[in-house]
Amino acid sequence: MSKVLVIAEHNGESLNPSTAKSVSCATQIDGATVDVAVFGSSVAGVAQEAAELNGVARVLSVEREENDPAIAAILAPQIVALAGDYSHVFGPSTTFGKDLMPRVAALLGVNQISDIMSVEGSHSFKRPVYAGNAIVSVDAPADSIVIATVRTASYQAADRGNNAPIEAASVDAELPTHTRFVELRTGSSDRPDLQAAARVVSGGRALASEENFELIYKLADKLGAAIGSSRAAVDAGYVPPETQVGQTGQIIAPDLYIAIGISGAIQHITGIKDAGTIVAINKDEEAPIFEVSDIGLVGDLFTVVPELTDALG
Amino acid sequence: MEKILVGLKRVVDYNVRVQVKSDGSGVETDGVKMSINPFDEIALEEALRIRERGDANEVVVVSIGSSESQQQLRTGLAMGADRAILVETASSTDALTVARVFRTIIDRENADLVILGKQAIDDDNSQTGQMLAALWGRPQATFASELTFDGTTAKVTREVDAGLETLEIDLPAVITVDLRLNEPRYVKLPDIMKAKKKPLDTIPLADLGVDGAPEVKETAYKPPEGRQRGIMVEDVAGLVAALNDKGLL
Repeated sequence: MSKVLVIAEHNGESLNPSTAKSVSCATQIDGATVDVAVFGSSVAGVAQEAAELNGVARVLSVEREENDPAIAAILAPQIVALAGDYSHVFGPSTTFGKDLMPRVAALLGVNQISDIMSVEGSHSFKRPVYAGNAIVSVDAPADSIVIATVRTASYQAADRGNNAPIEAASVDAELPTHTRFVELRTGSSDRPDLQAAARVVSGGRALASEENFELIYKLADKLGAAIGSSRAAVDAGYVPPETQVGQTGQIIAPDLYIAIGISGAIQHITGIKDAGTIVAINKDEEAPIFEVSDIGLVGDLFTVVPELTDALG
Repeated sequence: MEKILVGLKRVVDYNVRVQVKSDGSGVETDGVKMSINPFDEIALEEALRIRERGDANEVVVVSIGSSESQQQLRTGLAMGADRAILVETASSTDALTVARVFRTIIDRENADLVILGKQAIDDDNSQTGQMLAALWGRPQATFASELTFDGTTAKVTREVDAGLETLEIDLPAVITVDLRLNEPRYVKLPDIMKAKKKPLDTIPLADLGVDGAPEVKETAYKPPEGRQRGIMVEDVAGLVAALNDKGLL
């Protein structure tokens, strides 16, 4: 009988959608009981959001000043203290979970499974490797705890409607002071979050300047879409790094992804292959992006994109 | 600080289109170009810059794998590392075992800082640095895009999903690097000649007395399910019509 603890990701105010997706993955394990742990300094609101997720049996809230904002070296020993009651501990495969979960695994003396995309059994999973060019089936040892991250693009968020009990957990763990939070700079944007957005408009190197990205922003605002980008556009300084989509950026699964002036390197494709519909606009008809797009348009983005923005009324 | 350790992993080159073997036992590596994991090159470049501006005295590159990994270590020496260590093993090693190996090398070398790539582009795990920091009981600063040192502490800016996060960490520590930290230098021919004379020590993995970790077994490799190529439209009107057909507008 599997007992899964999902580590919630949040910003102190609201639950990150990655948590509801991780819960969905956990509930794929036959007969599993799924609890969610919320670490922070004052987490009543976030814990309530987690309690509403269908499939959650119980929410553990762990409130300590040191837990806000989340630092992997500080959370890890507390998760280890809770882990004794569980057969599995899952985190999202976001920068939060990728930073945290291997530290937990090492403290527990086990390997970690990264980016679960499919649950095949309580200890059997599939995950992508080589930028998604291969999918490997793995079996975790049956007699050890399973520590894993969930590839959130592979799962729909768990529905809301539940009312699981919330319990304050006191955790006996010595916390290090060697790592201190200084600041978080976020792109001040009213646009939707890239991970959560149903629509994403993404620009590549062909935009050719930071100013030209205005075309992308206008189209995105018409569609209520989040902004994405290719590595080349970020490297060129046209857009901030948190917009990067792909193997080394964010892996996303919006309903609609519009790739503009993006050639479609495999490292980029790996970040979008679970999108519902991919639209590609590119002046090079040989661009590899057209191999994976549902709707392709060969044309100059500098005329096509304003025209499209206007056409959307 | 005195000494920086940098990990160099031998991986299938970034530009190779990886193919799954027909028997599902792995991916094709015969006759395939192998290189230093690109993130590890950035890690080494950063270590070299730290040494060149006088904040460290020695950079030691470490690889774990078969004798073929000597090629990548020699490249690291040509880039400017002072010494190289190959921990030799014929079998593949999992992330926790690699972290345990680095943990023993830290003690042997008395290292002050370990810089690693944020992930290897073969297994895409993104685990080793975090595991090593845990085993060492020291800070980790992952996905670094900027770092500065001030005596016994470092300030590290990290690329996180929400933006750029800055942490202050006490040294010694483990840092894993992201793409935009720096642009690695090109190796020049004279440096390749010089690198041949630099020390490269080989230690058999068995000699380190590292415990094996509980094994995650890889049972089968498959190619991904591809997306089908869709339709091409002539103009914006066609695009809008196609999006409407799919109920996306």
